[in-house]
Amino acid sequence: MRNFLAIYTKELKSYFVSPVAYVIAGVFLFLSGYLFRNILMQFNMVCLQFAQRAQFMQGQMPPLNLNEWVITQFFGVMDFIWLLVVPMLTMRLFAEEKKSGTIELLMTSPISTTQILLGKFFACLTLYTTIVALTLIYCVILEIYGSPDWGPIFTAYIGYILLGGTFIGVGILASALTENQIVAAMVSFGLLLLLWLIDFSASFAGPTAAKILQYISIVGHLQDFQRGVIDSKDVVFYLTFTFFCLFLTTRVLESRRWRR
Amino acid sequence: MIEVSELSKYYGDIAAVENITFRAEKGEVLGFLGPNGAGKTTTMRMLTCYLPPSGGRGSVAGYDLLEESMEVRRNIGYLPEQPPVYNDMTVESYLRFVAKIKGVASAQLKSSVDEAMEKTAITDRRNWVIGQLSKGFKQRVGLSQALVHNPAVLILDEPTVGLDPKQIIEVREVIKGLGGDHTVILSTHILSEASMTCEKVVIINEGRIVGEGTPESLMAQLKEGEVLRAHIDGPQDQVQALIGAIAGVLEVVPEGGGGVYVVTSQPGQDVRDELARQVVNNGLGLRELRSLEMTLEDIFLHLTTEEVNG
Repeated sequence: MRNFLAIYTKELKSYFVSPVAYVIAGVFLFLSGYLFRNILMQFNMVCLQFAQRAQFMQGQMPPLNLNEWVITQFFGVMDFIWLLVVPMLTMRLFAEEKKSGTIELLMTSPISTTQILLGKFFACLTLYTTIVALTLIYCVILEIYGSPDWGPIFTAYIGYILLGGTFIGVGILASALTENQIVAAMVSFGLLLLLWLIDFSASFAGPTAAKILQYISIVGHLQDFQRGVIDSKDVVFYLTFTFFCLFLTTRVLESRRWRR
Repeated sequence: MIEVSELSKYYGDIAAVENITFRAEKGEVLGFLGPNGAGKTTTMRMLTCYLPPSGGRGSVAGYDLLEESMEVRRNIGYLPEQPPVYNDMTVESYLRFVAKIKGVASAQLKSSVDEAMEKTAITDRRNWVIGQLSKGFKQRVGLSQALVHNPAVLILDEPTVGLDPKQIIEVREVIKGLGGDHTVILSTHILSEASMTCEKVVIINEGRIVGEGTPESLMAQLKEGEVLRAHIDGPQDQVQALIGAIAGVLEVVPEGGGGVYVVTSQPGQDVRDELARQVVNNGLGLRELRSLEMTLEDIFLHLTTEEVNG
């Protein structure tokens, strides 16, 4: 535990003493804010049209759902931004240690590979969660001017943390494979995009293959969370995926020890 | 303290280190001498459990390299060729981090960090960001990193490489001061460094040990003869004939024309006086005369050719 905490605090600090955390949070929040604003403007227009219609129909229409029109749409674009951003958070985690030789310090210290890996993983997840949590401000804005349903918002955020863990797991694995940060970023970006788009090929596959492809599609599992449902099958999917990536990473890191 | 027997490391078919056997006693400073690519770093990486050996056994502080890796790692301080520092951390926070992962108890954290900084004379830079330090200071931070948990064994890979002469002297002083309390293994490709800091030297070439002993005994054992460098003004044929006739001279080789000659004589025979006399008596000009130190290259040439002959 002590070793884990030492690695964890060191990693978290290094995000914040370098411009990395600030630049990533800044760019991410700017982009997501910009998208949120546009989604809101779009909703505004829909509201106007809806009011005119309602007058015409003499109030015979169902009310507009704020969650569906704004929040779900916003979340839909947010996970795409994360797909681009997470590889940049994870690329340095092991690649930099390998390049600068500090991996020799870690690997010759009396700490286990798992402690190193988990320290780095949770440091990255903490930064990710912090930035994700900052987007709650958009929901607060909605609360001031409207009445969003907070239940699905919270489940969506739980989904985001699970998704983040999976993204980071893939990123860390890529980072452990190389000492070049750009290679690490590109490989994890490629893997994530593939996992994202994999259900595209489901339409052309046989029934069993289609089911499998749909199942491993990484964002498909997020939809239930956004609707306010915590389905154990989605939770299990994300957790096993993350665990699998981390397990592979320990194998990669320790491969030097058994390559005799 | 350190015992290695028939340790080998292969990368595919290539042998990086083959069947090396040596031991270092407690408090000894052992020098690992060899040219670049001789297998020094590979050996050190095996001793620090960074790489597993392909064959053979080794133990550090009584713990087996393969079976008790965690205990070995607890008992060594390791300075790789590149000091393993994080450029975005301050010296003190870096050393605290290293002390923590090396298992220093929380109560002793502050005192061991202070002590390590004092031993390597970096206390006044404790709040500097490591990235802003010069190469020499980075090396010292690397050294104090290896010391911070007060390990029984210190393994230093080329600790003076890339430093300026003043820093080299300082780092050597620090290392010398470490012997006694710690068992130190250091690698170098500079012979004089080994003879200055080490009590025992192991010479390694192409993955094999080719010589072992105290620096003095090695040099004495390997000296084939006295070598002189003389700058003599005069016709080359006359000079060569003249010097060649002196008793004890084995060989006279002109070096690049211009009147410079390398003179080899039998071991233990100083022909300088006789040479000077002859030159002056024959009306030639003696511009320079000095004996050449045995260089590492000579030793390698000697040792490797001997290997082939044997």
